[in-house]
Amino acid sequence: MSFKTVERKPLTLAERTYVPQILNGLSHTFKKMVKPNETLEYPEARPPIPEGYRGVPTLVKDPNGREKCVSCQLCEFVCPPKAIRIKPGEISADADTAHVEKAPQEFDIDMLRCIYCGLCQEVCPEEAIWLQNVFSVSGYTREELVNDKERLYELGGTLPDEHFKWDKKKAAEEAGNGAH
Amino acid sequence: MIDLYLSLPIWVQAAIKGLIAIGFLIPVAGACSLAERKVSAWIQGRPGPNRARAWGLGYIPILGPILQRLGVFHLMADGAKFVFKEDVVPGHVNKFYYYLAPLVALVPSLCTVVVVPFGAYFDAASETLKPLILADVDVGILAVFAIGSLSVYALILAGWASNSKYPFLGGVRASAQLISYELSMTLSVIPVFLWVNAPGPEATLSLFAVVESQSQAGLFGGMWFVFLMPMCAFIFLVSLFAETNRQPFDMPESEADLVGGFHTEYGEFKWSIFFVAEYAHMTIGSAVFVLLFLGGWNPLPWVPLEPLIAGLPVWLGGLLGAAFFLGKTFFFIFLFMWVRWTLPRFRYDQVMRLGWQKLLPLAIANVIFYALAIAVIERS
Ligand code: SF4
Ligand code: SF4
Repeated sequence: MSFKTVERKPLTLAERTYVPQILNGLSHTFKKMVKPNETLEYPEARPPIPEGYRGVPTLVKDPNGREKCVSCQLCEFVCPPKAIRIKPGEISADADTAHVEKAPQEFDIDMLRCIYCGLCQEVCPEEAIWLQNVFSVSGYTREELVNDKERLYELGGTLPDEHFKWDKKKAAEEAGNGAH
Repeated sequence: MIDLYLSLPIWVQAAIKGLIAIGFLIPVAGACSLAERKVSAWIQGRPGPNRARAWGLGYIPILGPILQRLGVFHLMADGAKFVFKEDVVPGHVNKFYYYLAPLVALVPSLCTVVVVPFGAYFDAASETLKPLILADVDVGILAVFAIGSLSVYALILAGWASNSKYPFLGGVRASAQLISYELSMTLSVIPVFLWVNAPGPEATLSLFAVVESQSQAGLFGGMWFVFLMPMCAFIFLVSLFAETNRQPFDMPESEADLVGGFHTEYGEFKWSIFFVAEYAHMTIGSAVFVLLFLGGWNPLPWVPLEPLIAGLPVWLGGLLGAAFFLGKTFFFIFLFMWVRWTLPRFRYDQVMRLGWQKLLPLAIANVIFYALAIAVIERS
């Protein structure tokens, strides 16, 4: 037999008067009343953001201040709601990082379209786009809610880098291993 | 000041007293609505309304932020909002009764205050305690019951005049509920007055006399009736919850099954009048409970007020008495809110069963028991 019959005890007299239960409930709510609040007073107090939180997508620079995005446009293609628009640009030949060759000329993320899926961060080969901890976006017009390149870097700031991939490439090139 | 007041014609004096009572009750009712929001918030672990800040008053250092945290400005905003809202009258209502209902709700609840003493002062001339009361009539409690029970007509009228299903059901529930619990309520105060009115001197139903008999000397004399007759107090309190339509008995409203109950079709100022009436009702109910069972303005059981204030100036003594009394009353208003945010609502059939099958027999047995007990005590 797969079920069990629960024995229902008849209510005692005290239970049928409701009074002990009501007193119990009152003492419970009184304890709640003197306890500190469970809620935060939002704009002044903000919740702690857990690690790995997917907030607004942002662009980041590496610790040397180089913009990491190479405008490969993978994120633009993967983005399910097509929130990203990139116009690729060249890095001028006399710049320090000329060997990177490309950087975005324009980079727009439409926050009215973005669904915070994080696929852009996942797909980026350069670890240039990160969903960080900004979670409240607001604006008065539709245009205001399209983050352009400048705004994306402002939101993103600098993140630590583990690889310094392009610095290593340059060093290798200078050491004569540039063929690969 | 007092001489000037006494030299005025009697009807002017009455009008002044009446205005003071109304001027007291309406802000108290408003403050109750704020208190209700705050108490509910605290019980639910929220800070409650604390954002609104009035221009000027809110920027006083220290006091301003405290008032803001307590949500006092929300009270003003709420009040002002009701006055400025558009006056919508649904097309299908019976206009005359529709407008009449809020008035019928407000008038009785403000009228009962006339016979409720809210303090006492020491009259040096006659060396006795005199009640602070608008009309010290002998019928006291009877007048409270008689006028207070009129308020059910407001709910019935509102429900009927709204001419739609939910208010109608709310009105019908209100009438059935109030009638059932009124019986137990009236029965529960009979032992009190049996005890107060010793055979011999002229009998009285005045609430002042009830408090007087709780302020005598001796073990039984100074004992508050809540200790002497706990059963009466209990029955009275339960019926009071039902009579004031408070949770767990707020059948006429029960927004879960009746949308808004009797006031579904009401909005803006008319709606707020219902609420002022409900809170005024609650205030008077608590006051009557305090007078009947908790020694009125006596600070503690076996500690009467009279010797405390005998040496003080009249106004200070009066203020002290009123403060003790109002303190207890406010505690009861708090209890009403506390219970509201603790208990779920009864089902309608449970309300009826509780009223007729439990509370009424209990009240009758209680009257018989105390009548016999008082007869035995007085005989010996
Ligand atoms: S953010 Fe990453 S994926 Fe997108 S274009 Fe730049 S480098 Fe490519
Ligand atoms: S988080 Fe998703 S939706 Fe938003 S920009 Fe990145 S890929 Fe597009």
